[in-house]
Parts: sequence; structure tokens; C-alpha cells
Amino acid sequence: MYSEKVMDHFMNPRNVGEIPDADGVGTVGNPVCGDLMTMYIKVKDNKLVDIKFKTFGCGAAIATSSMTTELATGKTIEEAMKITRADVAENLGGLPPIKMHCSNLAADALHEAIKDYQKKKEAKK
Amino acid sequence: MRKVYMDHGAGMPLDSRVFEAMKPYFMDDYGNPSSSHSFGNSAKEALATSREKVAQLVAVEKPLEVIFTSGGTESNNLAIKGVAYRNREKGNHIITTAIEHISVINICKFLQKQGFEVTYIPVDKQGIVDIEKLTEAINDKTILISVMYANGEIGTIQPIQEIGKLAQENKVIFHVDAVDAAGKVPINVKEENIDLLSISSNDMYGPKGVGAIYIKAGTKIQPIIQGGGQERGLRSGTENIPGIVGMGKAAELAQKEMKSEGKRLAGLRDKLIKGVLDKIDYSFLNGHPTERLPSNTNLRFSYIEGESLILGLDMYGIQVSSGSACTSKTLEPSHVLLAIGLAHEEAHGSLVFTMGKQNSEEDVNYVLEVLPDVVKRLRALSPLTPKEIVR
Repeated sequence: MYSEKVMDHFMNPRNVGEIPDADGVGTVGNPVCGDLMTMYIKVKDNKLVDIKFKTFGCGAAIATSSMTTELATGKTIEEAMKITRADVAENLGGLPPIKMHCSNLAADALHEAIKDYQKKKEAKK
Repeated sequence: MRKVYMDHGAGMPLDSRVFEAMKPYFMDDYGNPSSSHSFGNSAKEALATSREKVAQLVAVEKPLEVIFTSGGTESNNLAIKGVAYRNREKGNHIITTAIEHISVINICKFLQKQGFEVTYIPVDKQGIVDIEKLTEAINDKTILISVMYANGEIGTIQPIQEIGKLAQENKVIFHVDAVDAAGKVPINVKEENIDLLSISSNDMYGPKGVGAIYIKAGTKIQPIIQGGGQERGLRSGTENIPGIVGMGKAAELAQKEMKSEGKRLAGLRDKLIKGVLDKIDYSFLNGHPTERLPSNTNLRFSYIEGESLILGLDMYGIQVSSGSACTSKTLEPSHVLLAIGLAHEEAHGSLVFTMGKQNSEEDVNYVLEVLPDVVKRLRALSPLTPKEIVR
């Protein structure tokens, strides 16, 4: 059902964990629906220098979270905001149609974390 | 890598003895039992013998009361639609339960669109039908009560005899979907007051695409398939002789081996349940602890999701199922798990192990060795896991 790449990211997810002093945190999904993702980001000179995630969900949810962190690490805030669910799915060698919403969630969680960072930055000014 | 298949509820291998019994009916004895010439005789005899074997499995006295179909789904369609359409004059009310197989649920929904009223009786936390509510639901328009013998997902076995008595006292036709129970636990249609009983072949090591329905003589029912009038007019269409022979052989073997195999599987099941509950914190048994199919184990694990558990176990060669939304076509969790009162997030974390003939104690030991690590790894990934239990 899943590509080799998806299974690799499911079995060996990259960047799992939490960042206690994260600059931004984003959570999307709902355990009732079967998916919940939280992403933590660390920003330096407008670049995402560290990203960590925690995910409750199916294999696709875990793999897309992992892939999103890999895609976004080292990118500028602006570049990271442009990462779409299609990018995530494509880099995983595709996802079954019924699982596409998972890749949506992962990109959304990242964008939420970035927005959280921007809000905090605004507040500091 | 070790291969441990524990998803017999989804698909079972054909017993090699069943395959042997079927073989002559493909290339050699391909006659049609309806033919007048002698070449049809062999098929005719095979059909009669298979009918007797299936009848014996569920203690049917007159084999002609057994009708062959294309499987459990067709048997359920014939039972429910056949009774509903034939008894429309008498009433339009059907009683069933909240945990029936999806085929029964969808047949009932279909009939609801045609003006039939359906009451779905709830079950308790262990999956047993609420007899009091069922009794209250019966009215003078009730024409059918349809209750499954045992649930394939949580394994719970219903008090069929009691419900049968209730149906009989109220002169309501009683249908039992025994697809998940036949061949696994003893069934006696007479003692249990059953009027209609659905059985499938591939749930007892027989071929796929064959099933049967017991229709008690005198039951008011009409066919749903029109044609050449085979199977006493109740199921037209040229008989699937190789399949029927396979089902007959499977029924014979199931009857012979039920007691010993049932005891063996129940032993493995209880070892698996106890082992998991002992080894894994925040794991729970779904379904009834004792009124349970010997082959079925359904467990749930807090903070994680079933599809990722399936994938995690698959990497170790272990194949199981889940009631999680992520494994379904509708992205809804299992209606059975919701009916026993689980919250959505609890239902998502369930795993179903259905063991069969090839499973051994070593298989159970292997699962008990692998599963705790798979659960631990996924819990470490989950934002829902409380810090104190990630060790």
C-alpha cells in the first residue's frame, strides 16, 4: 500500500521529539479523528535551524511529519511557508489517495509553528 | 523473518483436504445436477452429500432446508430482504443490533429507504445484546429479528437461545448471521430456535465465493434472485459444484475438529490476552472475557493508532487487523467498537488478532516478544503519551 520511502520514514522517522525552548509550536488534528501532530521549530537568522515533531496517527501521518521536518530544515521562513502537501507527498514517492489528508496536516502543522513564531516575534517588538 | 499470520477473520487458507475434495469437479465431473442424463448424476450426488454435511454442522435435521448461495453476504441478503418483502402485509418492522456485520447493517439501511422501520438494539460494554431493550422493541408490526451469533471483530458470542425463544414466543421470524461462528462453536438451530442461519465457506477453511443459508421449513420468505429455479426456487443459478463440494468438506472437517481445535485456540487466545495485558501498560481487552470466539483477540492500546501498529508489526512478519478509522474506506472507526462504548480515540488504538489452524504457541510467544517494543516506539512518537509512561 505504501511506497518504500513512506515505510522508511515510518520505521526510522527523522527529527522526533520536542524542543523545550522552541521559538514556535504548531499543533493540528484531533485524536478523535485519529491524527494529531505537534511541530516545534527553532529559528536563527530567519532560517529553520531545528525542527522536531510528535505525531499520533497512522503510518502516513508519521511519515509525512518526518518528511516535512526534513524538507523544511535549513529553509528560510518564507521558503518553508511555501511547502505544500503536494511537495510532502511527492518526496515520499506518493501516497494512497485516501491518505493525502495526512500530508496536508503535516504541512499545516509546520505552517502553524511558523505563525506561532511570527506572533511571538511581533509581541516582543 | 518469522511469518505469523493472525488475520484469519480477513482471509483464511483453503484446507488441503478441501482442495483435494474439490479437484475432480473442475475437469472431470463437470456435469450439471439439473441434467437428465447420467453425467449429471455425479454432480447431483455431490450436491446432496455436501448439503448433508453442512446440515449436520448446525444440527439441521432435513438437509433440504439448506440452500447454497455465493457467500455470507448473499445469505444475509436472502434472509433479510426475502423475509421483509414476503411479510410486508403483516408488518414493516425489523429488529437487529448495533454491532451486526456491515452487510446486515447496509441491507437494513437499504430497506429503511423503502419504508421499512429498523430498530438497532444496543449492546453492553462487552458486546452482549440488551435483551430487555430487544423485548421492548417487539411490536405487532415486527416481522424479523436478526442477530449475529458471534461478532467477528470483538468475538462476543450472543445469548442466541434466549433471543430465539423470545422471537418464537412473539411469532417473529429469527435470523442469525453465523458467518463468524459456524465451524468454530457448536450451533444447534432447533435448540436455539433459529429460523434462518447464514454461513460462509471461507470462514472455515473452505473456498471463497460459497455460502449457505438454513431456512426452516414453513418460513415465509421469497427469493431475491430469479432464474431457473435451482435450490428449491430459493436461489436460482447453476450450482457452483466445486465450491459447494469444498464447503461440504470444510463443514465436515470443522465439525470433526471443532472441539479439539476450539480448545487449542482458546488456550492460545488466553495466553495472548494475558501476556499482552501483563506486559503492556495501558492495554485493554475489547469484548467479552469468556463468551468469546476461541479464535478472536481484540486489544486496544492507549495513545497510539491501530494502522501504525499494523505496519509496525508487519515489519516483523506479523499480520493483524484494526478497527481504526485509518484502516477503513470511510475513515470512520469501527461501528462495533463505538457500540461497546469506546471513544473514537480508544477505537483508533485497537488491534484484532484472529488465529487459526497454523498458529502455534511459538507464534503467540513471538507476538508477545515483538508487540511491546512496537507499542513503546509508537508511544514515544505520540504527543498524547504522558511523560511518565515513556521509559
